[in-house]
Amino acid sequence: MIYAIASGKGGTGKTTVTASLAAVWDGPLTAVDLDVEEPNLHLFLAPEITAEEPAFLEVPVLDAARCILCGECAAFCQYKALSLMGKTLLVFPEMCHGCGGCIALCQEGALSPGGRELGHILEGSAGAARFLMGRLRVGEAMSPPLMRQVKARLRRDAAGDVLIDSPPGVSCPAVNAVMDADVIVLVTEPTPFGLHDFRLAVEAFRPLGKPLGAVINRAGIGDGRVQDFCREAGVPVWAELPFSRAVAEAYSRGEVAARAVPEMRGMFLALMARMRGAAAASNPEEADHA
Amino acid sequence: MREIVVISGKGGTGKTSITAAFAHLASVQGGAMLCDLDVDAPDLHLLLAPDRQEEHAFYSGREARIDPSVCTGCGLCAGLCRFGAVMPGPRAFGIDPLRCEGCGVCERFCPAGAIGFSEKHCGQWYASAMRFGPMVHAQLFPGQENSGRLVALLKKEARERAKALGLTLMLCDGAPGIGCPVISSLSGASLAVVVTEPTPSGRHDLERVVDLCRHFRIPVAVVVNKFDLNPENSEGIEDYCREQGHALAGRLPHDEVVVRAMVQGKCVTELPETPFSKALRGVWEVVAHHARTASRPSPFPNTPNA
Repeated sequence: MIYAIASGKGGTGKTTVTASLAAVWDGPLTAVDLDVEEPNLHLFLAPEITAEEPAFLEVPVLDAARCILCGECAAFCQYKALSLMGKTLLVFPEMCHGCGGCIALCQEGALSPGGRELGHILEGSAGAARFLMGRLRVGEAMSPPLMRQVKARLRRDAAGDVLIDSPPGVSCPAVNAVMDADVIVLVTEPTPFGLHDFRLAVEAFRPLGKPLGAVINRAGIGDGRVQDFCREAGVPVWAELPFSRAVAEAYSRGEVAARAVPEMRGMFLALMARMRGAAAASNPEEADHA
Repeated sequence: MREIVVISGKGGTGKTSITAAFAHLASVQGGAMLCDLDVDAPDLHLLLAPDRQEEHAFYSGREARIDPSVCTGCGLCAGLCRFGAVMPGPRAFGIDPLRCEGCGVCERFCPAGAIGFSEKHCGQWYASAMRFGPMVHAQLFPGQENSGRLVALLKKEARERAKALGLTLMLCDGAPGIGCPVISSLSGASLAVVVTEPTPSGRHDLERVVDLCRHFRIPVAVVVNKFDLNPENSEGIEDYCREQGHALAGRLPHDEVVVRAMVQGKCVTELPETPFSKALRGVWEVVAHHARTASRPSPFPNTPNA
């Protein structure tokens, strides 16, 4: 089963929750950091990295000697990655989304596939768990293509359960992280910002038709409106993690809450049980085989 | 025109609460145009209650749609699509709008002409007035892309409006991360205020986002929020900034007043003074000074340890 840990608002505790779940999880597990812009899971799981490879996006490379300046590719490209300026075809590889359309279109064979470095994919192990992360190159604007390549690797050799640490927000990177999950865990905090972004996340992710539950982190600060909203919207609350300075300080030292703060361990075990219950209820057949 | 963009790399470090307070403090010093560039999960309006005076639709990019009555089911599009957006159906193929990148390859090569390719309505944007002055903000619809284009549009609209109003300062609340919306928000910025916290994630994400700023040659001023959670890490961050030649705008303590202000829909500086708001006023003085005087940094990183 694939469990995506997501949130609308950033900084609500996705990585804390993912790292703690990984620490208490029983059975084979792969922990994946899909927040490729700002990956943080490795800072807490301290994985041993065994492989690091660059990841590339296919972009066109021009052979000017073959180009007849027909301009068809430039007219076709939706991303303005090709432009005909007088008697020169200009290629802007950083604008390219890698659709391959221009290369397929060109009758003259003037465009061939090249690569733009998106970042790196790192693999290793953290305790008993397999670990996988993407790290976007600083200056690269597009995170979804790198996320897709990390996910492709996951499908190729995933054994057991998968925990995905997702990027914040509700736009394309966040949707990309959760779209292949079986269960979505939304981490929020009981504040007006937390509630506002949580509503956006529920609105964005509910149409995916997957079981979805809330983790209310730092419970006790702010107000009770997130809980009210969950009740009204029918979003089950799978965990309420009380605000504690001890947890915040443990986090600041790079420690995993479920290990560093004794009373947290039980809360994460209970959360794991709820997540598994939701997965089983939505997909009873697969659960039987597991 | 001076443009201050507040970013953080890591989410939840306090960007929005700090930007709102900056808007309050700037309002008594000639005022500023305020701009919420976190178009994906905007929160600034929750503190500032803007009164929307203009509302506009934001169209960007295109989206493929297969007409099932024309589709012959040949599957050519499914083979060509690099994004896995073409889904086989019972009789015809369909497009998963969440995976479609709007590249147009399927439409171009469909031998049956079964694929439509229409403009996408991605969100709404607003020009508003709030108690500290004018504000431009938006809401991208959930799951949409092109947030970078919406950010660029908001900045352009904000600049034009600021100019017309005779304002010389623009204050922008940015998005988390280092990807397209953040890159777009940095374009034309005079100063990036980077808000971090003394945690491993705060430090890690700060390093990446200040590298991004250097890549685009934007001067940086760093604020360490919740510094007392881990004073040792706070010092480490400040040492790092000094080594790298980034300005330090100050430290803010961990204080429940931030959440209290949020619950009341106010800026922290509108509440009775606390150590947090006092420190924040000091931070604003430093930031305002740097926004006036900072020059573009060299494109090459300092290598103090080399």
